[in-house]
Amino acid sequence: MRLLYFAWLKTKIGKTEETLDPPAGITTPAALVDWLKTRGPAFADALKDRRTLRVAVNRHHVGWDFALKPGDEVALFPPVTGG
Amino acid sequence: MIRVQREDFDVGFEIENLTRGKTTIGGIVTFVGTVRDGGGADAIKSMTLEHYPGMTEDELTAIEAEANKRWKLDASLIVHRHGKLLPGERIVLVVTAASHRAAAFAANEFLVDWLKTKAPFWKQEETPQGARWVEAQDSDDLAAKRWAKG
Repeated sequence: MRLLYFAWLKTKIGKTEETLDPPAGITTPAALVDWLKTRGPAFADALKDRRTLRVAVNRHHVGWDFALKPGDEVALFPPVTGG
Repeated sequence: MIRVQREDFDVGFEIENLTRGKTTIGGIVTFVGTVRDGGGADAIKSMTLEHYPGMTEDELTAIEAEANKRWKLDASLIVHRHGKLLPGERIVLVVTAASHRAAAFAANEFLVDWLKTKAPFWKQEETPQGARWVEAQDSDDLAAKRWAKG
């Protein structure tokens, strides 16, 4: 699974992207975020409040209960501020 | 038509290029978003726009398609810049052209409202006190929700 981080999430986590295989049972972005939070204090802090985050899978906005598949591109970011 | 680019754009050229020869057009509405410094001691020095290459283009294309589904437009264009911009510089251009002004005005406002809440851009402001990420505004969400279909 390819993971991308943007804006302050990228700054807090300290990287823009990574490729990893989450454990079996991680089938939604909600579960993915909960698992990512266990990977260290930077992740725990950046991801502590899901209400401050949005998620896209394969470049589409999705909800936290979206069904993830192996090989998906999952992006986590704060609400967008373009325009 | 949509474009995401680092370079500035020429508003007059873009309008001319978009509408040339399309004689059914009776009205053209143009929105240009620019970097404001906020004024005072906290005035920002610059703004950097980050985006999600690939998804940005997909979202802008989808938003433009939705506008063309809702209103009868003869032409439409979104140009959005990324990278480091100074106060006064142009960020975004939205042009809508239609036979009658009502469709052009409504579609333009819709495009700006939707792109502000859907297109994956994030603004970081460089201030005298350091850099800070711009927070999303509830007012932008409310503006976008006006266009939700019942």
